[in-house]
Amino acid sequence: MNAPNSFRTGPDENGHFGIFGGRFVAETLMPNILELEAAYRAACADPSYKAEMEEGLKHYVGRPSPLYFAERLTEHLGGAKIYLKREELNHTGSHKVNNVLGQILLARRMGKKRIIAETGAGQHGVATATLCARYGLQCVVYMGAVDVARQAPNVFRMKMLGAEVVPVQSGSKTLKDAMNEALRDWVTNVRDTFYCIGTVAGPHPYPGMVRDFQSIIGIETRAQMLEAEGRLPDSLIACIGGGSNAMGLFHPFLDDPSVAIYGVEAAGHGIASGLHAASLTGGRPGVLHGNRTYLLMDDDGQIAEAHSISAGLDYPGIGPEHSWLHDIGRVNYISATDEEALAAFQLLSKLEGIIPALEPAHAIAKVIEIAPTLPADHLMVVNLSGRGDKDIPQVAEILGSRL
Amino acid sequence: MTSRLPTRLDARFRACAQEGRAALVTFVTAGDPDLATSQAILAALPGAGADIIELGVPFTDPMADGPAIQAGGLRALKGGQTLAKTIAMVRAFRESDAATPVVLMGYYNPIYIYGVPRFLEDAKAAGVDGLIVVDLPPEEDGELCLPALAAGLDFIRLATPTTDDRRLPAVLTNTAGFVYYVSINGITGSAAPDPDAVAGAVARIKSHTGLPVAVGFGVRTPEQAAAIAAGADGVVVGSALVDAVRRSLDAEGHATAETVGAVTGLVASLAAAVRGVARQAAE
Repeated sequence: MNAPNSFRTGPDENGHFGIFGGRFVAETLMPNILELEAAYRAACADPSYKAEMEEGLKHYVGRPSPLYFAERLTEHLGGAKIYLKREELNHTGSHKVNNVLGQILLARRMGKKRIIAETGAGQHGVATATLCARYGLQCVVYMGAVDVARQAPNVFRMKMLGAEVVPVQSGSKTLKDAMNEALRDWVTNVRDTFYCIGTVAGPHPYPGMVRDFQSIIGIETRAQMLEAEGRLPDSLIACIGGGSNAMGLFHPFLDDPSVAIYGVEAAGHGIASGLHAASLTGGRPGVLHGNRTYLLMDDDGQIAEAHSISAGLDYPGIGPEHSWLHDIGRVNYISATDEEALAAFQLLSKLEGIIPALEPAHAIAKVIEIAPTLPADHLMVVNLSGRGDKDIPQVAEILGSRL
Repeated sequence: MTSRLPTRLDARFRACAQEGRAALVTFVTAGDPDLATSQAILAALPGAGADIIELGVPFTDPMADGPAIQAGGLRALKGGQTLAKTIAMVRAFRESDAATPVVLMGYYNPIYIYGVPRFLEDAKAAGVDGLIVVDLPPEEDGELCLPALAAGLDFIRLATPTTDDRRLPAVLTNTAGFVYYVSINGITGSAAPDPDAVAGAVARIKSHTGLPVAVGFGVRTPEQAAAIAAGADGVVVGSALVDAVRRSLDAEGHATAETVGAVTGLVASLAAAVRGVARQAAE
């Protein structure tokens, strides 16, 4: 495929990134989606919205997040110079809050009083519950029953923040089913409810809008790396479930050909086992949750259950822009197994005093693999998208030492 | 769609109108609870009083469906139902019934994966009359709607309470066969619709189109069906029939001697109710 002049112009007016994206939703939702698109466009043109965002990102979220040179990890691996983009230091402990702030401010402009969200690991749910508390909005979070069990600390946090957490019992009881249930809620309460989607997926305008909100990660990284090293990084690496932290880091660098970009999907028990969440590596294009994208499915088009140690990556799809970047070859999509992620989780904790969430532990796992093969002057940025506090009980159980 | 030949759907709506009543549209999930029982239910529906059949194509992630139809779809998938088997069910049905319209209803992904051209060819050859694909709004007409119309299959669109007069023309363009008015903002089988509001909405839609308007989502009982039938060209009942299947199953979830009769019994009472109500508005 011929490379376009720019990788940053999507989506087109119908929400397409190449063949991916679109608006595959029930008619009940179409007026809402068109209303949202118009409201977002108007907000982007309004300096007061931009000012409100900047104020919130600085004083409430705590941005900019540091770009930290991971000295001991670099020494240990003996190759590339590794920087961590510290998104785990944001308020609520992950990158999710960047997007939620943008959407909640938009919901306020639209006069919506009731916010719904889906969540996997609970990080998006916590961020949504947090901003709903901050602005006095009703908040309902749909979470698969399996995830409710394995992410108990976040469930408690959401409840503490005043949100209603609805455990979803249908299907595989994980993130995809939470998204189905949130869509059912939205169809039912379409007039007063704003659906705050947590990743760069769903019907247009969500993939592009969430990317725009998350792009602050890459914009800051660019400026911080120029300040620290006087040049752009040589490579970027981030984990991918739906892919919002990765897209936020990658997008501002897509048109810099010298920057190699790696997205890390969850390989679960290994791609060959069939028990994984690697939509690009092990799936094919299909239509789910409002967009065409790579999905895990069987030969009849029935969606397969994803498998990952990380609730935040346990999703059988991926944002449509990633599917496009995969097909045109701009981003290299690779995968890390549960076992590799667990090892990385422990290594980063011990070498840097930073306990990563299991999601970015997948990215760290590939840093461990790739960095030693690169020269010492190679600048590598890994997005540390969330902190691991929420994962401590689960990891302790797996490692056999009850806390 | 001015040049199309009269279809089974046209003929059936016209016949019901001539009887001065609404058509009873029945939804069952293909393969629920197993292929043989589902085929027997399908064959028995016209005799029980169904005027038009919507055959649900099971999908793992039916985002517009309530618990009853979600469960029916999962039962069918567990039994090995596929889109190819669903098309084969229609082919078998046509061996004994050449007149009753059959509309496939479901979500896009199984069709997309089957391959749109092959699907349209196979569905048409099997005797399918129309398609209702919940997650294909007019904005995505190029995917399936336009190829379906070109292949001679009606593409039946959903209009909802959120479809205002500004949007209605976009929804009605390229719609054929009939318009399916979703009587509530919600998922299938949830809140009961308000017959007066529905009649008003049907009248509003009919001021924009000459197509028949059938009303569904939330219609469960003969009484509700009769109330809706007074103000519409068709009444769709789905979740109640899928629930009837579920209630007839044994402890392991298998069909019993009661299963087919449970569905046809309810269809008969719905048909009696719909046939007992004269249309308020003339054509």
